[in-house]
Amino acid sequence: MAAEALKSDFGGKAHIALNDPKLRANFRRAMDGLMTKRAAQFADADEWNALRARGAAVRARALAQLPELLERLEARCQANGIQVHWAETTAEANAIVLGILQAAGAKRVIKGKSMVTEEMHLNAHLEAHGIAAVESDLGEYIIQLAGEAPSHIVMPCIHKNKVEIAELFADKIEGQAYTENVDELTAAARKALRGRFADADAGISGVNFAVAETGTLVLIENEGNGRLSTTLPPLHIAVTGIEKVLEKLEDVPPLLSLLPRSATGQPITTYVNMITSPRKAGEKDGPKAVHLVLLDNGRSRVYGDSELSDTLRCIRCAACMNHCPVYTRVGGHTYTFTYPGPIGKILTPQLEGLDCAGDQPHASTLCRACADVCPVQIPIPDLLVRLRTEAVHPSATAGVKGGGSAQSLSESLGWRGYTAMYGSPLIYRVVTRLMGLFGNWVPASAPMLKQWTSVRTKPKFAAKSLHQLAREKGFSHD
Amino acid sequence: MTDPRERILARLKAAPKRPIPECPAWSAPTYGADERKAKFRAMLEASHADVHEVTAADWPDRLKAILAAKGVRSMLYAPDSAAGRQLAAGWTGDFALVPYDHPVEDMKEILVTGVDAALTTAEAAIAQTGSLVLWPSADEPRLMSLLPPIHVALVAEETLADSLAEILTAQNWAASMPTNAVLISGPSKTADIEQTLAYGVHGPKELIVLLLNAGDGR
Repeated sequence: MAAEALKSDFGGKAHIALNDPKLRANFRRAMDGLMTKRAAQFADADEWNALRARGAAVRARALAQLPELLERLEARCQANGIQVHWAETTAEANAIVLGILQAAGAKRVIKGKSMVTEEMHLNAHLEAHGIAAVESDLGEYIIQLAGEAPSHIVMPCIHKNKVEIAELFADKIEGQAYTENVDELTAAARKALRGRFADADAGISGVNFAVAETGTLVLIENEGNGRLSTTLPPLHIAVTGIEKVLEKLEDVPPLLSLLPRSATGQPITTYVNMITSPRKAGEKDGPKAVHLVLLDNGRSRVYGDSELSDTLRCIRCAACMNHCPVYTRVGGHTYTFTYPGPIGKILTPQLEGLDCAGDQPHASTLCRACADVCPVQIPIPDLLVRLRTEAVHPSATAGVKGGGSAQSLSESLGWRGYTAMYGSPLIYRVVTRLMGLFGNWVPASAPMLKQWTSVRTKPKFAAKSLHQLAREKGFSHD
Repeated sequence: MTDPRERILARLKAAPKRPIPECPAWSAPTYGADERKAKFRAMLEASHADVHEVTAADWPDRLKAILAAKGVRSMLYAPDSAAGRQLAAGWTGDFALVPYDHPVEDMKEILVTGVDAALTTAEAAIAQTGSLVLWPSADEPRLMSLLPPIHVALVAEETLADSLAEILTAQNWAASMPTNAVLISGPSKTADIEQTLAYGVHGPKELIVLLLNAGDGR
């Protein structure tokens, strides 16, 4: 799979994005709008604090009991008639989905928006086996037509403006004239996709919350494509990460009050779709078979470290990226992998490995904007720092994939020298004197130094150190 | 330990045990009787839905008038629901009533493109978010509130609750979740293109709520 060859190149891609004025303008406009709408929703600080404390506790409680709740979810789903599958890797999950579709003779699939299926690169896998999967969320449909990946986890085509979308539709949708009218563009997508819904042999969706108590899959959305994908075709396959489980149905309301308000500044999404079983005898619609695929893909390894496992509390609202001074300037594609922004910077290195995404925890100023807006209080900046450490000094217990991959002999020697210098007055004096004499002769492009000077001016060494000057003035150090 | 389920669960169970935190106190907002209805209306209207207050006696005529004015030619209805029976009794509307009386496989064409509107009832309503609670059933199937361009929902005022949290607990949903339960808070919409709101992208373009007053005509 293409996914396995991916390696993060944050610096290189950020440079390109920062010099793309159209991209910068598209993100700036969208992010400003989302931040303003979210702020209006949480104007009452007391309400916000009480609600997010509850939301964080609900998620933490679910994670503290994760294995038991997954077993309960599986048992309840099976009792309700939903078939449950477990996949350790994305390859296994792809094979399970393909197997279900092939067993049902399904050739045409309609998809509701799902980041986990993006993580799996499911569409490419199905296409390679002769099954056409059509994205039906408007944003996902647009980027599928363009042959691109989502640049935001809630608003996948946020990097495109309406002129680009108008050109794309005129080019790709048969009989579609060029128009920048958003209502007409939306109507064109409705018309193009109606038939795809009706023809589909199966619908594939994600899951926002999976309730262990009742075996209920909760899906939220505004367009109705999620409901159509999970209602009209005879077969529904829901795919989710193992961390999305909740203990009780009563845990849904506080999270439902946090998620859409944090994501898009809406009090609630148009549809909250709660699926508990396939079509029962006598019912006239709904899929006759419902499958739930539980994907691990590294999450159980993340779970093994009690600090890093806070990453798994995430409810995918995207508020962290909307408020991130880095993400809002470089956009989602700069992050290479499925999950961009602050949550991506802690999740991707853990799922994919610090050896292929180790630069991401460094793409942050640690300003804490993400932690301030996180509805489930994930300490993202602390975890960024922790991952930076894991890349150099891997802890035995965490076992972060690719831990220690940033170790370098020269850096380690450099720090050892630094420690020795500051531990001995004599060495300190000798080194500072040498720097004063020869430091300005060392070129900015010298090995080790160039990583610092590539984006900064090389400091100028004074001929005399502060200690020297002080001694000359007659100050004594005792 | 050959299958993925065993391996995943084994890894999760091997992780260090962590304390189960207490849930801090939180309660959803509550409203006074007058405030509740006003909030419900305001929230729904802000979501681009139309709300009409009707009575048990006059709602079929009100519905006819509202839909006829929109040029509706046919409406899907549930022939075996109480509302459906009341509507169909002596129907003399300007448009045709189409019963949803067969499985979707037998009437897909009609459902997908053949009707302009559909009438469903709602189990309850929620003031906080301006939401309708639908528990689709064999009589009133799921696609009725989804495929036709106009969705009309009949909801009794006395079922209006403050919040989802209140309804979930008061009605003990956890004991009896239906095949599908849906909250609907407006017509289908999207803001995927430049954050510009557009309605009716895949579901209904219009949501018309008939709020059935508690005492007939008060």
